[in-house]
Order: sequence, then C-alpha cells, then structure tokens
Amino acid sequence: MITLRQPCEAEIIERIEETPSIFTLRLRFTDPEVHAAYRFTPGQFNMLYLYGVGEVPISIVSDPEDEHMLDHTIRAVGRVTNALAKLQVGDKVGVRGPYGRGWPMIEAEGKDVLIATGGLGCAPVVSVINYIMRRRQRFGRLTIMQGVKHADDLIWREQYDAWSKQPNTQVLLAASEGGSMWPWKVGHLPVLFEEAVLDPRNTTAMMCGPEGMMIAVVKVLQKRNFAEERIWLSMERNMQCGDGKCGHCQHGGHFVCKDGPVFAYPEVKSLLGTKGF
Amino acid sequence: MPEARFLPHSHLQLLFDVLKNAGYRVHAPQVRDGTLQIAPCHNAADLPWGVGDTQSPGSYRLDEGDRTRAFAWANGPQALKPLLFAPRETLWRVARDDCGSLRFEPEQPKVEARAVIGVRPCDLAALDIHDRHFLGGQADGYYATRRKKLFLVAVNCSHPAETCFCASTGDGPAAQHGFDLVLDELDDGFVVRHGSNVGKVLMQRLPLLEATRQQRQAALDQRHHAAEVQTRSMPAGNLQAPLFARLDHPRWQEVGARCLACGNCTSVCPTCFCHSEQEQPALDGSGSEHTREWDSCFTPGHSYLHGNVLRATIPLRYRQWLTHKIGSWNEQYGRSGCVGCGRCITWCPVGIDITEEVHALLGGGEGGEA
Repeated sequence: MITLRQPCEAEIIERIEETPSIFTLRLRFTDPEVHAAYRFTPGQFNMLYLYGVGEVPISIVSDPEDEHMLDHTIRAVGRVTNALAKLQVGDKVGVRGPYGRGWPMIEAEGKDVLIATGGLGCAPVVSVINYIMRRRQRFGRLTIMQGVKHADDLIWREQYDAWSKQPNTQVLLAASEGGSMWPWKVGHLPVLFEEAVLDPRNTTAMMCGPEGMMIAVVKVLQKRNFAEERIWLSMERNMQCGDGKCGHCQHGGHFVCKDGPVFAYPEVKSLLGTKGF
Repeated sequence: MPEARFLPHSHLQLLFDVLKNAGYRVHAPQVRDGTLQIAPCHNAADLPWGVGDTQSPGSYRLDEGDRTRAFAWANGPQALKPLLFAPRETLWRVARDDCGSLRFEPEQPKVEARAVIGVRPCDLAALDIHDRHFLGGQADGYYATRRKKLFLVAVNCSHPAETCFCASTGDGPAAQHGFDLVLDELDDGFVVRHGSNVGKVLMQRLPLLEATRQQRQAALDQRHHAAEVQTRSMPAGNLQAPLFARLDHPRWQEVGARCLACGNCTSVCPTCFCHSEQEQPALDGSGSEHTREWDSCFTPGHSYLHGNVLRATIPLRYRQWLTHKIGSWNEQYGRSGCVGCGRCITWCPVGIDITEEVHALLGGGEGGEA
C-alpha cells in the first residue's frame, strides 16, 4: 500500500491580528470527518498551503482537545507567510500534518514546568502553556519566562496577565529595550532567573527561540544543577516535506521535521548554535 | 554461490527478448551526448560496443575501448537514480472553484515494469541506500511504486576509471547482492549468476551454456584486477566523529574557495536525495500544481529560514555536503553515503576530489582519531 500525501482543505473561521506582522489563523477542516479524525500533540506542526503560492511549516498553538478549532500563529516574514497574512475569514487553505515529535507532556505530568522563550518564537510553547492551564491540577508549579528584544514585540500581553493570576504560576517578562510603558524587567532573558523559584530535581524545562538565547538559558540551568535530560527545546529549520525525505531540515544526523522539532538538549547540543548547521 | 552459466555475446539479444517478453521495458547504457546513459533499449547492438571512458578530475571522455566488449567502461553521469527518484515530478494538483473551495488530487505515479541491464555494483549500493531513505519511516509512494517493478541485471566492473574508489568503500568492483542477475563480461560473452528467484526463473528461459572452470576463473581474476588498479581510496570506517571534530579546519575555507557551488556533484551523486517542493500555478488561475525537483545543499535556498540563509558562504555549504555524505549519513542510514563511484570528482568543473579533501581534513587518512 503506497501513501501519497496531499493537503486537506480547511476554512479560516477567525483571523486574529496579534501585532502588525503577527496573526493567528483559526482553522477548521471543511470535511467534518477529517476534522473529527485529526489528532496532534503540543509542539507538532502542520504544513499550511496557500493556493498557487506554496507551503510553510507552522506550529499548532491550540489545545489538542479543542474540537472546534486548529490555531496557527504566523509571523509574516517570507513569500508564503506574507501572502497568508492577506487571507480573511471564509478563505480556504490546505493543511497537511501533523508532523514531528512534540513536547514531553506525559513525562512532565506531576512535575514543575519551566517555559523559557525568546524573541518572537514563542508560538511552539504557547500550546504547552494552554495545555497545562486546562489541566492545571496535573502539573506542579509553572514558571513562564519570555524575553523580547523590544517591548513592542510582546504578543499575547493579556494572556500573560491572565496566566500570571493563575495559582502556582509565575510569569516573568524581560525586554532588552523596555520603554516607559514596560512594567517588567529590562535586560536579556537570563536576568529573569534572579526572581524565579525553581526546583531543579523536579522541573522539566521547555524552550524555544533563537539558538543563542537557548544556549544562554541552558548555561543558567546547568549552574542551577538542572539535568541536561530535563531540558527540552524546539528547533527551526527549512522544512518542505515533513517526512524527513527532502533533506532541508538536517541538523547533523537529525531530520528536524521528523526527529524533532522538539529535542532533548543532549540530542542536539553538539551542533546547537554552530554556524552553518 | 549460485551456479554460474555462460551467455555468449552472440546470444545477448535473447536476454533483451526474454526480459521484454516477461513484461519489462528494457533499459541499458547507450552513447548519448558524449556520455553513457541508461535509456530504453531493445537491441543488444545498441549497447556501447567497443566504447571506453577516460575519467579524471573535471574530465570525462568517451574513446575506443575493448572492441569485443559492451561494458568495457566504468560509468556515466547517471544510472538508477533518475529512474526511481524522478528529477522533477508532480505530487498533487489543486483546483479552485468560483467559491474559493480547493479540491486536491494526488498525482498517481505511473506503474511500469522496468529491467535495467548494465547496473554497476556502486549503483546497486546507492540503490540500497535510497531504499533505506525513501522506503524507511513514512515510505515515499512515488519511489516505492517505481521500485517494486524493477529487474536489475548487474554487470561487474572490469574497467574502473581513474576516479573510481569503490574497492575502498566496499561497494565494488563486484556486486554482492541486490541484483536479479549478475554478469561478468569476458571477451566472448558473460558468466551469469542469479541473485533472486525472479532472476533464477528468467535464467531458465535463456539458452545458457555451462560456464567452464577457465571462464569462472577469468571472471574472478578480472574482479581482482579491477580492485587492484584503483588508485584512489576513502578512509575506512565511520568518519562521523573525526569529521565533526574538524568543523573549524582551515581546509573548509581552502576547498570553499575553489568550489563554484554549482551542484554538479549532488546531481551526479547516486545517493544525494535532497529535493525541493515548488508551486506551479496555471496562468489562467484555474489550478495549481505542486511539484518536487532535485535540490542541492550548494544552493542558498537549501538553508533558507525566516528570511535568512543559514549557509550563506560556499565553505559552509561544502562542509554541510561532506560532513553529511561521509559523516552524519552513518547515523541516519548505518553507513557512509559514499559508494566510491567517483562521479563527483569527474563532473566537478574544477576537479575537486572528495578523497583528497577527506584525506586532507583527516590528516594522513586515518579515520579513527579526532
């Protein structure tokens, strides 16, 4: 039995403007059977297809048990994403997926969770935060750290406010350039550890963002005696097929699209941040 | 070892006919555009009788070879790769109606039983690697369909080129497995053995003679000779650790300054599998085709990410190619991605020699130490 793969049609049910260059598309497969059968885990991604333009890998930010909507938060930065930005409610796209290995949610159950994200790359872990919030009693203390370059880059500001009011949850934000309306820390992400309360023996760390930022956070975590195996991160590379066949996403021996995009730190540390890989 | 039989040159046409009658479209090497290319072929007379090849870094010339033989040459720029992994193909088509609804239709791969006469041992080794890549995990339906109906007649190498080094990678000059039939060409015909049940059945339909002891010995001697005359070599063993321990070696800059990043090496490499997916919208807006075509890690687009190129310079691209081919390939497929065919050396316009680069990087050619 051979497998051919093509997208399934989905409709844009809602479009949310997060910032002038970041938007969220809330999708539903037009075929109810396809929608009902679709399953994913936080950290996996879909290939979104725009008619006549092409495909782009986008992580899924909605909850895996949300039966109504499949959310994708997208930054308009390239040929396909700039065109996707122009779509409106009712427009149709193609969805192919889900692909890849997601976050270790089962292993993290019953433990504390640290989420550390930098830059604009926080979408892959928003699914984790939402996942934990909906199952709050199944997880211990939740620490959310987010570092941005400029205060204006922070998206989901209301959500961070809402998360910070949840029990047993700490939200820590930092901007390298703060500005007058920035109530949180000014500096790079590692400054947030001054205020974090973390138990290294009982915490699973999950990160995404620029590799330099993730390396800096790993250094802090190691100083705090975090075991390397408890540190997880989401990698980004050029991905076109999703099956580990097209070759673009290779990172040393790994195909990021199928072996990742979520990796345990020891799996990728030898090449992390190495120019050209 | 299966019983050896003998097929005189004068009866070679019968092999073509038997394969054709068994439902295969027969492919065989023929002279095209100054090279040897595998293409549909009905007549044994169209084989490259009396043709030889002279290869060296950056150079490929056909010349007069052994007049009594059809396979007295090493290889051409391509062999099995384009037959199974199409250089360009459509994956799906999409139509959009007036309401903006999209209808996706996968492109069904065409099923055609093919027999290839004249497959080299290095190309069988490369095929085995592509099987692991395209059929492993989520199997590629297009490759899988073509692979299923493929009859392979290997011809052991008797005339390796100056660029060949299959003896050092363990992939030649004699085929060990992965074929339906294997031939050793002598001056008056072929020593034939089967390698599969389909091959065995087919052999029974041929009026084969007993292979004499002298003929079998001549075939063995020829194989040994084809190994002994090879002058290039790849260091043995898994080179992943030593190569990745040398990511800052000055040789990457040096070879990067010579490399044109043209991608010839990746095109002719029988194991390179990278491909890019592309969109071809119809001019009248009625539909769009999603295609894939061979890509190369020497292009800037290969490492494009969020408006940036991860490998912006040629040294970084050459390093990616070599550390993958000879290094991380071991982690992915349990062996090196190099089968010693020498094509990347021959077809490089500036004659970069992969064996020379690896020896320079490892210093003295020892693979085991970092």
